[in-house]
Formats: sequence, structure tokens, C-alpha cells
Amino acid sequence: MQALYAQLLVGLINGSFYALLSLGLAVIFGMLNIINFAHGALYMMGAFCAYFLLHLTGLGYWPALIIAPIVVGIFGMILERTMLQWLTGLDHLYGLLLTFGIALIVQGVFQNYFGSSGLPYAIPDELKGGMNLGFMFLPIYRGWVVVFSLIVCIATWYLIEKTRLGANLRAATENPTLVRAFGINVPRMITLTYGLGVGLAALAGVLSAPINQVRPLMGADLIIVVFAVVVIGGMGSIMGSIITGFALGVIEGLTKYFYPEASNTVVFVLMVLVLLVKPTGLTGRAA
Amino acid sequence: MAEAPAKAAGTQVLSVENLEAWYGESHILHGINFNVNAGEVVTLLGRNGAGKTTTLKSVMGIIGKRTGSIRFNNEDITRAASDKIARMGVAFCPEERGIFASLDVRENLLLPPIVRPGGLSLDQIFELFPNLKERLNSQGTKLSGGEQQMLAIARILRTGARFLMLDEPTEGLAPVIIQQIGHTIARLKSEGFTILLVEQNFRFASTVADRYYIVEHGKVIDGFANADLQANMDKLHTYLGV
Repeated sequence: MQALYAQLLVGLINGSFYALLSLGLAVIFGMLNIINFAHGALYMMGAFCAYFLLHLTGLGYWPALIIAPIVVGIFGMILERTMLQWLTGLDHLYGLLLTFGIALIVQGVFQNYFGSSGLPYAIPDELKGGMNLGFMFLPIYRGWVVVFSLIVCIATWYLIEKTRLGANLRAATENPTLVRAFGINVPRMITLTYGLGVGLAALAGVLSAPINQVRPLMGADLIIVVFAVVVIGGMGSIMGSIITGFALGVIEGLTKYFYPEASNTVVFVLMVLVLLVKPTGLTGRAA
Repeated sequence: MAEAPAKAAGTQVLSVENLEAWYGESHILHGINFNVNAGEVVTLLGRNGAGKTTTLKSVMGIIGKRTGSIRFNNEDITRAASDKIARMGVAFCPEERGIFASLDVRENLLLPPIVRPGGLSLDQIFELFPNLKERLNSQGTKLSGGEQQMLAIARILRTGARFLMLDEPTEGLAPVIIQQIGHTIARLKSEGFTILLVEQNFRFASTVADRYYIVEHGKVIDGFANADLQANMDKLHTYLGV
């Protein structure tokens, strides 16, 4: 039983990363119509940013949680202004090639300087240790990742679905030309949206640093699963990508317990099944 | 925008000269010339595909390639971005109404930002369109066609823009709704709004318009005042093929 709970927790943690990353991908896809293959590299940059902050400036985990998403978000906005904006109106394939190329370059640069092995990043003192829940032992940092990710996901959902700003964003996703003709600066909104999606990826990177170490290819490994999650959930829906992210993490964890051989493939098998039954994904609209 | 409408009449709000416009490769407008004075309702008439909608879109800045001259309140907006044009006080109600499915009625109504003071308050809007008040929490596209048209007009009245471009506001609507929209336009005119209307239905247009321009093959080929409508009836039938 202990092992089952442990796998469930691992599943929830992976689910947190899936949710944060697929949420950013969904937001970006909605506004920019770009499948952002650079997402994994930007997630990695978030973790490295935390690492640099610690070793170059002495700023620890808590400031990094705020600074890294902002720094990487700004980097993303520069990418959008200088490159991605020119993709408007072109086939998806160009966006795929460009963002995939950006990912390879960014990962290559980091690999050149830091190799492929992981750099350690310590758990902050406040979150060290664990709690005995009676039925299992819960490392506090892992519990924190799950709870904090959930809060960030729900806050993002609220921002997009319930606020004035989110209404502008949803409207611009539907009909950018008309929204702009109402006097809203849509190009600026697109840049900020890309920054938001990228910031979420960087935040996931910081959260992940103490668990998975800081590695140039940490995002490349993860992002493949995240794209399967996005395909299963459907590109269009914010809540859909959050729920699918957490659910697939848990399903993966359960598979590790009940049939470990399939744990690396279960997400992809599910993806194939969903594509057969509902090609737009569980909550998606036609693209 | 405190000037009284009658006093302001005569000053040119919009002047369009030699406007040419393209949709991708196809050349749609071949030299459009017309003007709209403050406080007027001016109607562009013409057959389907004549270039009326493209003219409105060009003024709004949402047609990719346009040449010639478009001046709004004496400022050149020929090459301005559409969000800038909107912020100068031009409001657009598109033919397809453009109600957003992912927004509820309230969000649709509040979407266009206030560009200058003097727009209608929500209470004034609900007085004009009582139906909207009862449906504030419905999804925008769940409204009937008539209600969607009202919402599309209502949301640009909040912004403080005093120059409205309405593209076929009566298309596909029941006579009683058309009447309500006619009353609304008359009321807006009496409050000093300047309106550029595109219509196929010239019987409706004749109830609100001060002047007409006839658009054919991407050019303005004729124009006359509402007072001369009867005298021009034969010509009009030829132009419109009705």
C-alpha cells in the first residue's frame, strides 16, 4: 500500500508539471496559433535561472520563484517580437520548425557550457523534511509542489475565464481583427500572452529544480509527454489542460504500481485511443 | 464632445478620396470618393460585392492594402493601425455582428474599451435595448439574431466614439426588430452621432439617411440627398437591380 501511495504522489507531482506546461501551451496556442516546441527549453531555462540566481547573486529559492518566470518570460517576449510574430498567417509547420529550432539552439548552448549531467539545487530550508500522514510519509517539498501548482493553475484559469483582461484575451483568440478594431492593442496582448505562457513554463522549471536537478535536457525529456497530454486534453480549453495534466500524471503513477512495464507508454497509448475516438481531444474545439 | 449636433453639422468628419483597396491579390476598390459631415447619417447603397463593406473596413484600417486618402476629423488615417483608428473615435459594427461565443453578454458589452468620455452609460443602453439586460449572463451567441445585432450596436455606444459605421444592421431580421433598430439610429442621430451606414434595404435607409452614395464595381458612381430620393427612384432601381 505504501508503494501505491508513493507512486500516486509521484504521479501528482508529474501531473503538476504537465498541468503547468500544457496550460502555457494551450494559452499560447489559443492566441498565437503556434505549437510552442520551445516550451521544454524555456522550462529548463527557468530551472537554470534559479540556479544562476543562487550561485551568482545568492538569491535563493523564494526570490527565484518570482524572478525566474519574469526573466524567462521577458526572454520569451523578445523571441515573440523578433521572430514568432512573423509567423502570423503561415502554416503551423513553420511555427513548429521555428520553435523546435529555438529549442535545439537553447539546449545546445546550455549543453555546451554545462554538459548533460545534472546540477544540484537544494530544497529550501523551510520545505525540508517530511510529514508522517499515517498511511504514508510525505516529503514536504513534494506536497508543496502539488499544492502550489494547483493554486497557480486555478489562478491562471480565473484570470482567463473570469476577468476583464481574460475576456479581452478570449475575444482576441476568436477574432483578433475585430478586437483590434475596438481599440485594443492586440499585438501587445499577443506578446504578453506568450510571456505568460513562457513564465508558467519557467515557474515549473524552478519548482522542478530541487526534485529533478538542473539539466540542459530536462525539458526535452518532459515536453514529449506534455505534448501527448495536450493532444489528449485538446488544445482549446484552459480547465481541460489543467485537469488532463493532473489526471495523466496520476494515471502514469498508478501504472507504475500496477504494471510498471507500461508506465512510460501509457500516456501515448491513451493519446492514440483519444485520437481514434475524438480527434480534437477530450475538451478541445476544432483547430 | 459637447458641441450641439446642429451647430456642428457641416464640418467634415470623414473624407475619403481615391480610395483603392485589395484583398490579397484581388483589387476590390478602384477609387472611392465620398464624405460624411458631423451629425449626418450617410448611407452607402449598392449591390452585393460592390465594395461597400470593403469601404467600411478600409476606413477602419482592417484591409491589408489600401491607397488614396482617408481623413478623419482632418487627420490622415489612411495607413493607421485599426486600434489607433478606434481610439480616435471611430466605431465599427460588422455585418456578421462579431458577437464572441466565448464571452457572455456582459463581457461582450464591456469588451470595447472607452476611447473618450461621453459614451452611453449601461443604464442608457438598457433603456435602448431592454432585452440585453435580461440576458447579461447568457453566452453571446445564444442570443437571437436581433438581440445579437442590438448587442453589436450597444457595445460600441459605450465607448464614447461619435462616428459609427454600421454594416447592414437590418440584414436577416424581422420587421419589428428592423423598426427598433431604425428608432435607435434616429435617436443616436438626434443625440449628435455621425453615422455611416451600409444597406441593401433602401426602404429602411430612407427612414434614417440624410444622404446616399451609390457604390458599383468598387467606385462611387452617384450621390444624392434624401430629399431627392423620389426624383432618383428610377435611377436607383437601375443601380440596385430591384
